Amino acid sequence: MSATAPTVRARRRPPREAAGSPLLLGHGRLPRVLAGTALAVLAALWLVPFVWAIATSVQSEQDVSTPGLSPLKGAFTLDAYQQILERGNVAVWALNSFLIAGLVTLITVVVSTLAAYGFSRGTFRGRRALLAVTVAAIMVPPQLLVVPLFEQMLLFGLVDTYAAVILPQVVAPMMVFILKRFFDGIPRELEEAARIDGASEFRVFRSIVLPLSRPIVAAVAIFVFIGAWNNFMWPFIVTNDPGLMTLPVGLATVKDAYGIQYAQSMASALLAALPLIVVFLLFQRRIVNSVATTGLGGS
Amino acid sequence: MTTTAPIGAGTPADPPAARRTGGRDRAVLRRIRTTPSTGFVFVLPFLLVFGLFMVWPVVQGLWMSFTDTSLALRDTAFVGFDNYTEALGDPDVWSSLGNTVFFTAVSSVPLVLVALAMALLVHSGLAGQWAWRLAFFAPYLLPVTVVTLIWTWLYQPDLGLGNQLLTTLGLDSVGWLSDESVAMWSIAALTVWWTVGFNFLLYLAALQSLPSTFDEAAALDGAGAWRRLWSVTLPQLRRTTALVAMLQVLASLKVFDQIYILTKGGPNGSTRPVLEYVYDVGFTGYRLGYASAISYLFFALVIVVSLVQLRLFRQED
Repeated sequence: MSATAPTVRARRRPPREAAGSPLLLGHGRLPRVLAGTALAVLAALWLVPFVWAIATSVQSEQDVSTPGLSPLKGAFTLDAYQQILERGNVAVWALNSFLIAGLVTLITVVVSTLAAYGFSRGTFRGRRALLAVTVAAIMVPPQLLVVPLFEQMLLFGLVDTYAAVILPQVVAPMMVFILKRFFDGIPRELEEAARIDGASEFRVFRSIVLPLSRPIVAAVAIFVFIGAWNNFMWPFIVTNDPGLMTLPVGLATVKDAYGIQYAQSMASALLAALPLIVVFLLFQRRIVNSVATTGLGGS
Repeated sequence: MTTTAPIGAGTPADPPAARRTGGRDRAVLRRIRTTPSTGFVFVLPFLLVFGLFMVWPVVQGLWMSFTDTSLALRDTAFVGFDNYTEALGDPDVWSSLGNTVFFTAVSSVPLVLVALAMALLVHSGLAGQWAWRLAFFAPYLLPVTVVTLIWTWLYQPDLGLGNQLLTTLGLDSVGWLSDESVAMWSIAALTVWWTVGFNFLLYLAALQSLPSTFDEAAALDGAGAWRRLWSVTLPQLRRTTALVAMLQVLASLKVFDQIYILTKGGPNGSTRPVLEYVYDVGFTGYRLGYASAISYLFFALVIVVSLVQLRLFRQED
């Protein structure tokens, strides 16, 4: 069993991953080596900041502040991580980030898929005009809204609440547009039978359109989650209570308070980076494919 | 009143004909007649949040731009176009606008070309696809504060990697974020590292959906790798390039977060983009009305740029 397993696995794995487009490089050895070298150099350039940050985070502040090009100048230590975690806030901020990004994603996906379906299949009056306004809103820079939104939150008495962080983020005209384009592409014949059988519109949406749209809905959810997790300016402006801060906002305060402590800064940066890197590793095939299905990629 | 056709129906409902048919069709028709605004219910929740958190602030901001609204005083007066005429004569508006345009120019070009190069290389069939993808896309997953923390350290004057490399090579140190002529380039470099992954994915997805037939035909005709890249693959990517370039220019024009955290617009205003000037005027200078006017001028510019781009790319097609 153990002797045959590796060869079987090796034979069974299709050359899909490496397939790409072998034609692009031809059959010569030289282009292959050149492309490989270029790829390795680029990847190394992109990884250097991570490596430098990791190396810095596992040294004492004292070792970090001695000059030298070697990434590891002193003894390996996890002191920086321990100090960050002991202060306790990073865990709270991470929890806030998960809660806020999760709720933003849930609400945005529900609201946007419903709206996209209404825009795609609906016949109500003013549909075209509303759709045009929605599409136009894609161009509005979010920074334009910060001042009036803040005034609005003051008016509603929501400053320094989860609602204030979450609600303005659930408006995603771009996602509505992407979903609508996808729904438009689903042949209506599939729904006709259900309608004749007396299924309600919601039933048609839930049982026919939504299951067919799983990849695009997943794509939208992933991108909304990344966007909400990384959003800085809005949570920064509406939260003052450290117990409500998200990771990006909390870290900015750490930086201001401990800007000189580079080992701790790098440790907190890497702790904050970890969750999304894990998410990407878990979903990477889906993420890459999703870009194609959003219609942003091909055609 | 009921001119709206039922969802998905091929032909408009015809009541007399329906009366002749079975009860089920009549039930369907009754339902259709009682819901003249089919689909509106689906759009309603979105319209609610869209109206509250998008339309309202956009309209309120526009109104504020014609007033002297201030964070300090609650009394406001209508001032007509005063804010706009003041903005057009404000040298800080023009210099920050210049900085924004400069940043857009020096960041967009590499953000498109490097992404294209990455996608072509990864797509060329070398092993280890997922590792390359992760390396190029990972920075895009980082929150802005994490990116700026890491790069503050790389750009640190004495101990940072940048200057330590230069001094090891016997070169002079560079004031990455403190030298007026260098700072914006440093921010552009950071931005390319941080966000190129998204464009890379767009290109990669496009490459994966290209039909291989043209490429194969050209290969059969004896075209070499370079020739096929230049004459077959790149032309097929033209629409993707148009899209990537357009999204990128719009994104670069809106630059704010990383600059605000890294340099607060310094040294000496040399990296202050127009959106930071808006923020400074509004939240530090308390002049919300004036800040709104500047942001609406900027918004007008964004719209003009996107219309010009749309026209350019449409002509190419």
